[in-house]
Amino acid sequence: MSITPEQPVIPKLKYNAILNVLAKGQHIDKRPLNTYRSISIKTNVVPNAEGSALVSIGSTQVLAGVKLDVGQPYADTPNEGVLIVNAEFLPAASPTFEPGPPDENAIELARVIDRSLREPKVVALDKLAIVPGKKVWIVWVDIYVMDHDGNLLDASMLAAMAALASARIPRVVSVDPNTGDVMIDRETREDRLPINKYVCTVTVAKIGSYLVVDPNLEEEAVASARLAISVAEDGSIVGMQKMGMGYFTEDEVKKAVGLAIGVAPSLIAAIKSAVQP
Amino acid sequence: MGSSSEKPQLIIDGKRIDGRAFDELRPIEMEVGVLKNADGSAIVAFGNTRVLAAVYGPREVMPKHVALADRAVIRCRYRMLSFSAEERKSPAPSRREIELSKVIREALEPAIMSELFPRTTIDIFIEVLNADGGTRTTGITAAALALADAGVPMRDLVAGVAVGKVDGKLVLDINKVEDMYGEADMPVAAMPSLGRITLLQLNGVLTHEEFVEALALALKGIRKIYELQKEALRKKYVTTEEA
Repeated sequence: MSITPEQPVIPKLKYNAILNVLAKGQHIDKRPLNTYRSISIKTNVVPNAEGSALVSIGSTQVLAGVKLDVGQPYADTPNEGVLIVNAEFLPAASPTFEPGPPDENAIELARVIDRSLREPKVVALDKLAIVPGKKVWIVWVDIYVMDHDGNLLDASMLAAMAALASARIPRVVSVDPNTGDVMIDRETREDRLPINKYVCTVTVAKIGSYLVVDPNLEEEAVASARLAISVAEDGSIVGMQKMGMGYFTEDEVKKAVGLAIGVAPSLIAAIKSAVQP
Repeated sequence: MGSSSEKPQLIIDGKRIDGRAFDELRPIEMEVGVLKNADGSAIVAFGNTRVLAAVYGPREVMPKHVALADRAVIRCRYRMLSFSAEERKSPAPSRREIELSKVIREALEPAIMSELFPRTTIDIFIEVLNADGGTRTTGITAAALALADAGVPMRDLVAGVAVGKVDGKLVLDINKVEDMYGEADMPVAAMPSLGRITLLQLNGVLTHEEFVEALALALKGIRKIYELQKEALRKKYVTTEEA
């Protein structure tokens, strides 16, 4: 069952102080409302993963890794690879995170990212068949939140996208013509994982009546609702998710989408420059 | 998933696969007060999608540590019965059900005046009896009725519907085939009198213009569903008075 979470106690004084800063057109850390904290994307940080990326947005840190396995395709897509996204909020990342299987927040984050990658066909799964109908590449994207200072979804998407775009496919040594068994050599990685297009996710938080991108943890705690908007490099909207216990008006939704489309190109440019060969 | 059939043509001569116009809802049935034990209950059907919602509470919270000092907690479970879809669904909670339980709870929270009942719980159970697309929005529509039936004070009802993009056209209230083979599925729920959107998801690809149009189409459908909800509530209490 999904249960109303305990809300952090925010003194009215602090809430009003945050609203006063937002009224001046700034986040509480002084940057303009429609800008992100400083973003860093480092790829290939985990040598044993076929692709990996460590992303920080301010103090928020997320590590994503891609592993490739040989497996069977789904029955309805016999000639396509398989994409699987998982997320875990490490107990190291926050005093409020507990060890154990992913909770509803981690599951929601993984599923929003999964849909935003799958629907616009970010990974060219049709190029990942090894023995059509029998053996394909299984692309595992695993996302670990390492430090939580707000906006985990945007950071996780940057990390997932950068890990995928920098991943290299292990060499296929041999395919048994009778059994279809595939031998691979993980030591030798060859081509990059084929990527059709880049996407990013922009989460817009509603604090009072203000709409802001990239809220930090303190701001997130006072946000009544958040709207995650995934945008592809061609400007199309490839996923959306309203989160939190509040609401948006129709106008607010339209403004949030406008904000997201406005800042998305800078995020996509950041991923692209980080995955340059 | 699972079926390997080819994509059917979803728009034929300006009509949808089931003969509806682009902005036409499926036949909707609503019945309030269908269970004896629950404090509130409702069954809502959109075409072949049929969902039961039951509400218990405000009542004592077990275990006690879940209680909140300043408001009621809302507990919500969305679930598909094992025989509700084409393939048998394992009764164990799936990741999809866990996510939907959360977004449905968050769609209903803004409507419930939970601050009136501190240290209690309001439990909402949504059981999908038969799935043919739009189960989460049908579930929200039914849950709002069940909450009202339970006498839980609310700011407004919540009604929901999914808009889809099929064969390049935006269509209201998509069924399962349109969801499966369409380009986009966008479930929306709102409190119509207050103009508040409480659930918004998009699974698929839309241009900016299409999105704005899709949202307007969803809200138009939601206003119609809202009228049916009020009618269903009225019907229960009017017949009770006459009896």
